[in-house]
Amino acid sequence: MRYAIPLVVFIIIAVFLASRLRGDYDPHKIPSALINKPAPQFQLTELRDPARSFSPQQMRGKVWLLNIWGSWCEACRQEHPVLIELAQSGAVPIYGLDWKDKREDALSTLQELGDPYVLSVSDFDGRVAVDYGVTGAPETYVIDKNGVIRYKEVGQLTRDNLKNKILPLVGELNK
Amino acid sequence: MLLFFAVPFVAAAKEAQPVADDPALEKRLMALSQQLRCLVCQNETLADSQADLAADLRRQIKDMMKQGKSDQEIIAFLTERYGDFVLYKPPVKPTTYLLWYGPFALLGGGFVALFLYLRQRRGLIEEHALTAEERKRAEEILKPQKGPA
Repeated sequence: MRYAIPLVVFIIIAVFLASRLRGDYDPHKIPSALINKPAPQFQLTELRDPARSFSPQQMRGKVWLLNIWGSWCEACRQEHPVLIELAQSGAVPIYGLDWKDKREDALSTLQELGDPYVLSVSDFDGRVAVDYGVTGAPETYVIDKNGVIRYKEVGQLTRDNLKNKILPLVGELNK
Repeated sequence: MLLFFAVPFVAAAKEAQPVADDPALEKRLMALSQQLRCLVCQNETLADSQADLAADLRRQIKDMMKQGKSDQEIIAFLTERYGDFVLYKPPVKPTTYLLWYGPFALLGGGFVALFLYLRQRRGLIEEHALTAEERKRAEEILKPQKGPA
């Protein structure tokens, strides 16, 4: 009996520590404060054709993904094939936000790996990314028909979370 | 806190300077970014961090200060986007009660445990007069043993 209390305390601490060590706990995954809030507005020039500009306003009535990427970002490079597959499936349009990049580097990356984006916009000074609460690349936002952010994936999209989370959500939002 | 607000007005009374080397604004920026967490390197403040994103956020804060936004408005802007995580001093609200009051609860629990233990211990130390039966038993035990020791 006199060992019961320390034992219980030990078990509680051990379970707590184990839960942080194991599984997919990642302290860099900060829950987004923007979920279920309107996607911040912006007006940025298109990467391919800087004479044209794009604003999320144009996407009213559509469910779409906003993917934050950059040619300098190794994880984006690993994520790229998943985006290409998704774009080919035609399930949902993907728009890119090219973050803190150089235009020629970004274009040569798309040349090399293929371009999954309907279009990418250039956020070379990172102001729009700050407005979206971006902490790193890649990040992907699911935005609904009313321009509200419904989901944010921090880090790479995988085929798994695409299949289990994002595509079902997109289907739901398209109803 | 009041001092931060007072300083820009003092500065404004002097001749107009380019804002980039406005020491008052720079000082205010440093003071505010010391209370904010860098989102990339997490255990550094926004003021200390060399990360690219921290530089962007400092620039954003500086722009907002130039627009005349108060520290509260800037903090609100950042928490809307990055959540309370960006604050080194999180606000008191139901989800943070454990964080704010937990240590006091533990301290209180410690005092209760200490009190209970001391009370129990005092009970052990206190001398009781032996009952007749106990005295008899004690005498029996203390009686010199017969035979070889």
